[in-house]
Amino acid sequence: MSEQRLAVRKTYKLYIGGAFPRSESGRSYVVVSSDGSFLANAAQGSRKDVRDAVVAARKAQLGWAGATAYNRGQVLYRVAEMLDGRRAQFVEEVAASEGVAHKQAMAIVDAAVDRWVWYAGWSDKVAQVVGSSNSVAGPFFNFSVPEPTGVVGILAPQASSLLGLVSVLAPVLVTGNAVVLLASEKRPLPAITLAEVLATSDVPGGAVNLLTGRVAELAPVLAAHRDVDALDLAGAPASMLVELEQAAVTNVKRVLRPDSVEPDWSAPPTPRRMLAFLETKTVWHPVGV
Amino acid sequence: MTWDYAPAPESRAIVDIHSSYGLFIDGAFVDPTDGNAYKTENPATEEVLADVAAAGLHDVDLAVEAAGRAQKNVWGPMPGAERAKYLYRIARIIQERSRELAVLESLDNGKPIRESRDVDVPLAAAHFFYYAGWADKLGYAGFGPDPRPIGVAGQVIPWNFPLMMAAWKLAPALAAGNTCVLKPATTTPLSALLLAEIIQQADLPPGVVNVLTGAGSVAGAALVAHPGVDKVAFTGSTEIGKDLQRALAGTGKHLTLELGGKAANIVFEDAPVDQAVEGIVNGIFFNQGEVCCAGSRLLVQESVADLVVDKLKRRLATLRVGDPLDKNTDLGAINNAAQLEKIRSLADQGEAEGAVRWSPSCELPAHGYWFPPTVFTGVSQAHRIAQEEIFGPVLSVLTFRTPEEAVAKANNTVYGLSAGVWTEKGSRILWMAGQLRAGVVWANSFNRFDPASPFGGYGESGFGREGGRQGLAAYLDV
Repeated sequence: MSEQRLAVRKTYKLYIGGAFPRSESGRSYVVVSSDGSFLANAAQGSRKDVRDAVVAARKAQLGWAGATAYNRGQVLYRVAEMLDGRRAQFVEEVAASEGVAHKQAMAIVDAAVDRWVWYAGWSDKVAQVVGSSNSVAGPFFNFSVPEPTGVVGILAPQASSLLGLVSVLAPVLVTGNAVVLLASEKRPLPAITLAEVLATSDVPGGAVNLLTGRVAELAPVLAAHRDVDALDLAGAPASMLVELEQAAVTNVKRVLRPDSVEPDWSAPPTPRRMLAFLETKTVWHPVGV
Repeated sequence: MTWDYAPAPESRAIVDIHSSYGLFIDGAFVDPTDGNAYKTENPATEEVLADVAAAGLHDVDLAVEAAGRAQKNVWGPMPGAERAKYLYRIARIIQERSRELAVLESLDNGKPIRESRDVDVPLAAAHFFYYAGWADKLGYAGFGPDPRPIGVAGQVIPWNFPLMMAAWKLAPALAAGNTCVLKPATTTPLSALLLAEIIQQADLPPGVVNVLTGAGSVAGAALVAHPGVDKVAFTGSTEIGKDLQRALAGTGKHLTLELGGKAANIVFEDAPVDQAVEGIVNGIFFNQGEVCCAGSRLLVQESVADLVVDKLKRRLATLRVGDPLDKNTDLGAINNAAQLEKIRSLADQGEAEGAVRWSPSCELPAHGYWFPPTVFTGVSQAHRIAQEEIFGPVLSVLTFRTPEEAVAKANNTVYGLSAGVWTEKGSRILWMAGQLRAGVVWANSFNRFDPASPFGGYGESGFGREGGRQGLAAYLDV
């Protein structure tokens, strides 16, 4: 037989509660490469999928936050290891999605791996940097510690399909939040492949939930959901900002607004994106004999 | 045997209340452009205290423009060490004029002089003193080597701690290099206006602090919506806070919110009961319960519930309700008629829903706005008095059996401002503190405040912190 072997294509699905379901709506949409050629049929998530993802996230959040910081750091480091091990696949998907040359795609994947490593190290340091013991005028040991906000909805950047995605996901996850993330609408494939990495990296099922689909349809549901505590609008189109911020008012969500243009994600990160999804808890403990 | 106390009133002669007050804009007291005014009254007597200017849209423009100029030309460029000295001056003058401020606060707000004298005014001074020291140390605060101010802050504050809230808003904003337009609550403008006089006495440059009295729906709404305002800070109800967050959607303005609460005060069976009873009383009856972090839900372990409630009732029978200026008074007047009506209505709801209502026998003054200390037993989690913020001297008592049940009940609320835990077991205190979804947890204490201690909520109690290093973040462009 001299014919070329037929490729085994991958089915791209959602990632909810640690499982890979199709959209409950049965819908899919065509994803094309930067030159317009067919790449895949991605699952077109529905409102119900968003709600299911929020339920899964809420269920997982306390357990993930309750893991020791050392443990969470190791899990994020494990994500870096797994991502690195599948670099060939990510390079191919990033190149096809973003239309960048092979060499640049390699640099993007390298940076994405390094970003997980950078954030992994923060798990047991962020409280030392932003927490405090407070000198109050009375017989109390008074201290403040950062705690995860809870369930965070993220609209991933639209252009940077892997590095942008990792740059918004890792800082929210490392501190103990659970995530419902809506992938780049036109470039969703690296996100789904990243979900496969997460599923094999000891990230508890439900701690990260990843949806693909239409931003205009799903983002308002995520923004208004009463069991979502905070919102990262990194990938929100400017035309939807007012609507999404208004929807977030239902339960006084914390909202991280996007930059006016999508930033260069290869720039060195700062703690800012972690701090946006932390609450400060202050405890007054009496001192006496 | 009866225990009558001779009246021990603080003299109101120490404070000189003007017959009318203007707006404080660009360093001077000025008449409002359209000449509107309203009357502020003493809630303990319904006597009118003064005519107060009602700012209109043009006044908001003038104040925001003055603040913008002062920020750009004077206060922003000024070395932090110089800003610090101004703030220390303000702290010192507040201390020097503390009795005056305390009497005025009790007259305009209705709170007992014991509290305005021992809590509100000292904490206001302490707040300025604390943040003064940050003004020239911002590069060491953890926000980078040279953190920048945001610009002009529009600050809207409530009537429950009028002077203290003004201090909580102004001190960190000014330390960070912002200028301010402060909108005091409609019913309690006088201490903020006296603070404006203090600011004049401190020679603070014109426009750095501006005070606009008037209606929230006019001056407050126009202030937060003003394009010259870069940062909005609000303390008040969750309902208004949501309106504000909605109004600011898409504007890019910085926002911090300190909103309502429905705090659980949790008493375990091993708690020192007498101490806990004092803490319960302080938790819900401090400032007539008009406190966003009030311990309005008592969660008491079933095994000691009867004992705690009996002792609590005996203690409440000794509380003295009446003249806020009397140094023996424990509970003063409710701040305004609308609030009294809200408390009455929710308390009536509590009865209608089947909870058992109890108040000590106490004689309430014939004039003014009064509500007796009230305890509801037999309260279930579904009752409105267990869910909604009453903002008055009304305590709902619920019981629990296990620590896990206490946590579940305490967290069963959309709010998350504060909580109290009473137990002799240190490890349990820290375990509970970790489980409670609240921004402040008091162990074997309640309603403690300090400028070095960050304060603020989880969930629908708002976001952002006031106090401490963390409180600077609200006023720096980070």
